[in-house]
Amino acid sequence: MKPIHRRHQTQEVKQPRYAKPTRQDTRRTTIAGGNFADKLKAYRDLHAHALFSSLGRLVASPFNSVMTIAVLSIAISLASGFYLVLANLQQLTENLETSAQISLFLKDEVSETHAKQLADSIRQNPSIQSVKLITKEQALAEFKTYSGFGSAITVLKTNPLPIVIQVLPKDTLENSRGLENLLQGFQQSVEVDSAQLDMKWVERLQSIMAVSQRAATLLNLMLGLAVLFIAGNTIRLELQSRHEEVVIAKLVGATCAFIQRPFLYTGFWIGFISGVVAWFIVTVMMLILRQPVENLSGLYGGDFHLLFFGFGETLELIAISSTLGVLGSWAVLMYQLQHTKPM
Amino acid sequence: MRKHLSMLCLLKISLSEIIKTMLKFDNVTKRYPETGDVLRNVSFHLRHGEIAFLTGHSGAGKSTLLKLIAVMERCSRGIILLDGENLSGAKDSQIPFLRRKMGFIYQDYKLLQDRTVFDNVALPLVIAGFGHQEIVRRVRAALDKVGLSGKEKKYPMALSGGEQQRVGIARAVVNKPPVIIADEPTGNLDPELAAEIMRLFESFQQVGVTVLIASHDISLIAKMNHRILKLEHGQLVSS
Repeated sequence: MKPIHRRHQTQEVKQPRYAKPTRQDTRRTTIAGGNFADKLKAYRDLHAHALFSSLGRLVASPFNSVMTIAVLSIAISLASGFYLVLANLQQLTENLETSAQISLFLKDEVSETHAKQLADSIRQNPSIQSVKLITKEQALAEFKTYSGFGSAITVLKTNPLPIVIQVLPKDTLENSRGLENLLQGFQQSVEVDSAQLDMKWVERLQSIMAVSQRAATLLNLMLGLAVLFIAGNTIRLELQSRHEEVVIAKLVGATCAFIQRPFLYTGFWIGFISGVVAWFIVTVMMLILRQPVENLSGLYGGDFHLLFFGFGETLELIAISSTLGVLGSWAVLMYQLQHTKPM
Repeated sequence: MRKHLSMLCLLKISLSEIIKTMLKFDNVTKRYPETGDVLRNVSFHLRHGEIAFLTGHSGAGKSTLLKLIAVMERCSRGIILLDGENLSGAKDSQIPFLRRKMGFIYQDYKLLQDRTVFDNVALPLVIAGFGHQEIVRRVRAALDKVGLSGKEKKYPMALSGGEQQRVGIARAVVNKPPVIIADEPTGNLDPELAAEIMRLFESFQQVGVTVLIASHDISLIAKMNHRILKLEHGQLVSS
C-alpha cells in the first residue's frame, strides 16, 4: 500500500480541493448548500430513496416480510370480509323494504268480480302505490311451483286458497302510524277475512341487522387495533436490528425525522401490501361463494347478486390499511427514539 | 464619539477572542449517580486550528469528556462552548445541528457494513440535505484526501483496518466541520499506519480545523510534539 501522506500531497498540488474552512463553510454545515430548488430536490430524493430502499429491505428479508404481511392481511381480510357480508345482507333487506306490503286475504264468499272492484277502489286511495290481485287459480299455480308440494296439490278437489289483494303503500317504512291506520281500515271492511302487514318481520330483521352492524364495527375496531400493534411491533424489531445504524446516523447529525423516515415508509409498505393481499383474499372467497349463494337465491325465486368490492371501496381498504401501518410505526418510533441513547 | 469607538474596539477584541476559541470547557463536572464524579472541574480551551491530544489512564474520564462534546451525555455542572454555542444547555432538537459542526472518528470505525464506502462517506451530506451533485463532488474530494479514491464501490468488509479507519476519517471531514474529535483512532492499527493517520490529522490542522485526539499511545504522542491534555481521576492535571 502506498503511504497515504504522499498521495494526498500530490493530490494537494494538483487540486487544492480541501480549502481552509471559512465562516461561510461552517455555516453551510448546518444549512444545506444550494438554492431552494436544489434543497427541495434533495428532500424529494430523500423521500424517494426512503420509499424504495424500505421496499428493498422488505424484499431482502422475504421470510420475515411474508410472515408479517400474512398476519396483517388475514386480520384486514377478516375485517373487510365482515364489512362485505354486511353490505350483502343489507342489500337483501333493501329488497325486502319494497315488499313491506299489506296482504288482504278475502273471505271465501267474495267473488272474483267483486274482488276486482274492491282492488280498483283501493287503487283510488292516494296513499297506495300499487295494488295486485291474485286470483285463486294464480295462487294455486304459484304455490305449485314454489312450495314443492306440486303433485300433492293436484290430489285436492277444491282450491283451498283465498283471493289475495296485495297492497303496496307509498312511503312504506317511514310512516308507520299511517300504515297502522291503513291496516285497520282494511281489517274493518266486510270482504276482508284478514289483513296482514308484512312489515313486522322486516322490522325484526332490520334490528338484527343493526345489532350485527354494531358488532361488526366493534370487531373491525379490534382488528384495526391488531393491525396497528402488529405493524408497530414489526417496526420495533426492525429498529432493534438496525440499532447501530440509528446510532451512527445520530452521531453524524441526523434529526429524528431523518431517522424515522425509512421506518415510516416500511410501515407504509407493510400496510399497503397487506391491504392489497387482503383484497385478493376477500375477492377469492366471494368468488368461491358466488355460485352456491346464487343457487340458494334461485331456490327462493330471488334475484340476488353477490356484491364485491367496488373501485372506491378497494381504494378505501388500501388507504386504511396503509394508514394503519404508518400510524403503528409512528407510535412505536416516537416512543423508541425518545428512549434510544444518545439523543 | 471617541468613547463609542473605543467601546466598539473593545467589543471587537472580545468577539474575536470568542471566534478564536473553538472549543471551551469551563469548570465542567460530570457526575453519575452510581460512580460519583467522573470529571471534576475540567477547564480548557482549544483555539481555531489547534491540535491537541487527550490522554490519561483508562477510567480517567477521556471517553466521558468526548461524550460530553458529542452531547451523548450532558454535564452535571459547568459550561461547554463549541464555536460560541452552548453545548451543555442545548435543546434536544438542536443537538443534530450542533453535531454537524463536528466530525467524529472512532476506534471501531463505526461504519455501516451493508453500505458501500461511498454511501458511508456520503451519510453526513445526505443527512444535511445536500444535492446529489454536491454530494458526489465532496465525497470524491474527501476520499481523495485520505487516499481511497477508486474504492468508492467497495464494502467496508473488503477493506483493511487502516483503510476502514480512513473511510471513517473521510466521513468525519466530508461535511467540512470546524472541529474533529477522534477517540483512539489508532488503537487498532500498527505503528506505521498510526503515524500515517496522525499525519493526516496534522494536514487537517494546517487548513484551520481544530483537532482533539484521545489516545493512550504515549510514544506516538511524544513524537508528535503537540499540546497534551492529561486527565487523571477525572481532573485535568496538565494542559
